[in-house]
This record gives sequence, structure tokens and C-alpha cells, in this order.
Amino acid sequence: MPAHLLIILPLVIPFVAAVAALLFARRPGVQKGINIASMTGILAASGALLVRLQAEGILVTTIGDWPVPFGIVFVVDHLSVIMLIVSAIIGVAVAIYAVPDADSTRVRFGFYPFFNLLMIGINGAFLTGDLFNLYVWFEVMLISSFVLIVLGNTDEQLAGAVKYVVINLVSSLLFLAGVGLVYGMTGTLNMAELSVALADVGQPGLVTVVAMLFLISFGIKAALFPLFFWLPASYHTPPASVSAFFAGLLTKVGVYALFRVFTLLFTQDVGYTHTLLLWGAGLTMVTGVLGAAVQNDFRRVLSFHIISQIGYMIMGLALYTPLAILGGVFYIVHHIIVKANLFLVSGVAKRLRGSYSLKSLDGLYAYHPWLATLFVIPAFSLAGFPPLSGFWAKLILTIAGIEVGAYWIVAVAVAVGLFTMFSMTKIWVKAFLPGGGGDAADAVGPLRPGTRVMYAPIAGLAALTLMISVFAGPVYDLAERSANELHNSSEYVEAVLDHEKSVADSASRPGVDGGAGDVYAR
Amino acid sequence: METLIALVTGTMVAVGVYLLLQRDLIRKIIGVVVLSNSIHLLIFAMGRMTRAASPLIPPGQKYPPEGIANPLSQALILTAIVIGFGLLAFSLVLIYRLYESRGTVDADAIIEATLGDE
Repeated sequence: MPAHLLIILPLVIPFVAAVAALLFARRPGVQKGINIASMTGILAASGALLVRLQAEGILVTTIGDWPVPFGIVFVVDHLSVIMLIVSAIIGVAVAIYAVPDADSTRVRFGFYPFFNLLMIGINGAFLTGDLFNLYVWFEVMLISSFVLIVLGNTDEQLAGAVKYVVINLVSSLLFLAGVGLVYGMTGTLNMAELSVALADVGQPGLVTVVAMLFLISFGIKAALFPLFFWLPASYHTPPASVSAFFAGLLTKVGVYALFRVFTLLFTQDVGYTHTLLLWGAGLTMVTGVLGAAVQNDFRRVLSFHIISQIGYMIMGLALYTPLAILGGVFYIVHHIIVKANLFLVSGVAKRLRGSYSLKSLDGLYAYHPWLATLFVIPAFSLAGFPPLSGFWAKLILTIAGIEVGAYWIVAVAVAVGLFTMFSMTKIWVKAFLPGGGGDAADAVGPLRPGTRVMYAPIAGLAALTLMISVFAGPVYDLAERSANELHNSSEYVEAVLDHEKSVADSASRPGVDGGAGDVYAR
Repeated sequence: METLIALVTGTMVAVGVYLLLQRDLIRKIIGVVVLSNSIHLLIFAMGRMTRAASPLIPPGQKYPPEGIANPLSQALILTAIVIGFGLLAFSLVLIYRLYESRGTVDADAIIEATLGDE
């Protein structure tokens, strides 16, 4: 299959699946099958993209065959493909998990179509090489996530969703303002061309101001300190399959966008912007983990830990050495899998005991030892227990931090790791070990139908965590390739702009040598 | 012209932010609308203000002549308006449903009720 077709498959597959799911609106069984097939298809397409990427270098396609500065480009580099694969894995896991978990009301009101639409938005954001197009994909993702978060219409969901919706609308507006200002300064929105053009603007102060707009906007989406308050207020309200999908992927799309713009576009004043990112990272880690310490709801504890873990990823970006970025990318891979899995575990616990409250879960280990085992793997990986995947991620970041002499952030990272251990142990002691509540035995009845199905994706993700732990090499190599591409963006820029040249040569267009900036904006 | 648009944009941002800081959720949403329109104006101004020909390509030619008005910023704004409209419709329905279930659109009252539940 030609590369330009392969690149758009991660968008086409969920789109076709969303339409097909709408056609079978009255046949939930068919919709479930379509959904699993769609997610598996995306995974296969992403895997194929990785193979092509390894063989041919960065893949570029122009949509509608509009030449590069005018049209929209989709670019597949190592970071994109890593994100695509990991999100597709979570997609498959959640699709299987949702079979028993998504109730008939939610399915009737479009759970599966919107699940696929959300996937389009996420994949589009990973693929696009155009700044305005990135905004559009963010909006596709947002509107689908809005619907998924309120689907079911419980009072708690509505109250959580209002916070989520309003703050995300503001974040999108800031992003749009940033896009407008960048366009005004350079006359282009193609990220590769911007990477060159922003360096020549001649007003470094203005570029830094715009960089701050992007930092705030993506910071809200990634739940960076001090912009994270919407996350613990809303993520614990929808059903487990939705919150696992959100927890694993949505904030990470924000992190991906930060990685993209702060390596490709805004590298003029690294001393200022990346120092600010580093402070943000440190404070994010600390506040997240302290917030988790006082919570007593399974999913709220996990929500606060999303925030503290975001800090580690941004720490990798902020240190801005190849090794640190490598650590950040490794951390993203590890975190998405582990965090989604923990939310899935919490959903099973809720199904078994009817509550997310740690107090009423009491004593799960005695009656459901397998669930307890499957909790321990991601939980201790999250805390960075050797030799699990979280340990390698933290180790790389620690070494990267010591290399550049940023000792305070390393100290913070290690201390936060200890606190994470405390939180995970708290869940373990309160929810899994018998605490003398006395009512533990009462609640154990026969398994509700379908609960066994939910164990499958949890076991799969736990096995994947173990794989990354034991065979960290391949993931490390991929992350290293992506870190090199990100740290030295010329490869990305050349791949996109050379694509322009080869297309321009074959089409031999007169009179448009100057590019979009000269023809239109000036 | 640029100065006028800049002043209008600035005023609208101020109005939008003021409304966003209100407790009433409906006012918050109106604030978002005003803010988004101010940003559309910003993009419009960023495409440069020109008194020029419409961006049309004469018959028989493949490219527009020099000195045309910038069509790209208008296309961007149009896209943003459509997206903004969809989000606005969703937010209004969401707030209406919340009003049905809580009987108020005051953010403080809703937060207090939520805290009371826990």
C-alpha cells in the first residue's frame, strides 16, 4: 500500500466505524464488534506505519495534493507513530472492556460512534503537520469527549462536565489566539515552515509571548500546574471504560502537543521557556502527589496521580537534552498503559463491590486474588518499583537530570516517587487487605455476567507492562530515535519541505516560488 | 483601521474575561462567545487589512493576481466560527440539563452541593 494511503488509515478506519456504528444504532452487538474491529484495524495500520517509518524515514503526505505551504500535511515521525500505537493499544483494551461495561442506555445514545470519533481526533492530532489543523483535531477530540463524559446524564457527571467543558473552551480559545498571532508574524501555519520562519521573525520577545499562549493552552489540556483543577473534578464521574480512556490518552495529547511545539517551533529562547516548563514540571509532580494523599476514592487518587505523572513527562521536555526527551517519551508510553490499566482495575472493583470508595472496598484480596495481582503490577510500576517499566522511565529521567546538573528537580522526582508508593500502598491496604470492616464477606456474591471479560484487557495491559519492564530495549530504541528527531528538528523540517520541492518540480507551477507568506500575508 | 480593530478586539477580550469570571454559568458561556469572537477579529487583523480586490482567480488563469485580499484568514475564521457554534450549542444544552437537575445555574451553589455530597 502506498505510504500516503497508509498515513490516513488511522483516521479513515474510525470514521468508517463511526458511520457503520450509527447505521447499526439498534444493534448493540454489531456495534461492539465494529468497535473492536476498528480499534484493532488502527493498531494494525499504526504498526504498518512503524515498519514503513523504519524503512523509509519520516513519512509525509499532502491532503488533496495541495503543495506543502498551501495545503495540510500529515507527517509520521517516531513520536507520532509511538503515540499512535500506544493509543490504539488502549483503544483495543477499552473496546473489549466496554462490551460488558457500557450499559444499554449509553450504547443507545451513541457510545460507540463517539468512541470512534474521539479516536479520530486523537489520531489526527498525532498525525498533522499543520498548526491550525491541530486546533481542528483538538476540537474534534473535545466535542467527542464532552459527549462521552456526560453520556448517561447522572447528576454527578453533569456537574463534573461543566468544569471540564468551560475550562477546555477557554484553553481552545487561547490556542486559537496563538495560532492567529503565529500566522500574523510568519504568514504560514505549516509547522515545518514555521520552525524555520519563527527563527527569522526578528522579534524574539513577541515569539516568547506567543509561546506562553501555547504553554497555557496545552498546559490546561495536559493538566500542568497550576492549570489542573478541572481534571480531578471531572475524571471520576463517567463509567470506568470512559475514564480509563480519558486518563490514558486525553491529557497525553496535550503533552504530545507540548513536546511538538516546544521542540519544533519555540526553541528560540530555551533559557526562558524551558526553565518555566521545568518549574511547572516540579510543581505539577508535588501538588499532584500531595493531592492524591488526602483522597479516599479509588479514581480520585488515580486522577491526582495523572497530574503528578504529567510532571515527569514535562520534566523530560524541559531539561531539553536528547536523553531527557528520550526519558519523557518512554515515560509517556509507560504511563498511558499503566494508568489506563489502573482505571480499568478500579472499574472491576466497583463492579464487584458497588463502590469506588476505598473504605467500602475493604478486603478484595481475600475474595478476588487475581484482581489484586493485576492491580499490583501497574500500581508498583507507577510508583517506579524496580524492575517494572516505571523504574526505567524514572531512571532515565534521573540520569538526564544529573547530567545537566539539575539536582533539585531530580530530588523532587525521587521524593514524589516515594509519595506515589505511599498512595499505591494506601489503596492496597485499604481496598485489598481486610481492614476489620466486618462486612467484607457479605458483599461477595456470584460474579456479574461479563466481569470475566473485563479481566482480559487488564491482564493484557499488565502483561504489556511486564514486557516493557523486562524487554525495555526496543521501547528505549524507539524513544531514542524520536528524541533525536525532536531534539534536532532539521530532519522533520527537511522531510516536509523536500516533499514540497519534489511535488513542485513535478507540477511545474509558475509564479509561486515565494511560498504562502509572500503571496498572501505581506 | 488596524488601530480601530485592535481597540475593538481589546475591548471584547476585556468584556469576555469579565463575563467568564461571573458565577452565573450562562454569563460564563456568553463570555466564551464574546472572547471567541474577539479572537476571530484578531485572526482577521493578522491576515492584514487591505483595501483590495476579492480573492478571485480570473477566467483562464491558474493563479490570482497580485494585491488581492487575504482569503486564508477568512477561511480560518469560518472554520473557527463553525466549531465554536457547535461547542456553544452543546454547552447551552449541558447547562440547561444541569439547571433541570440542580435548579440553579450559580457555580458556587453547584460546587457547594457537590462538596456536600462527599
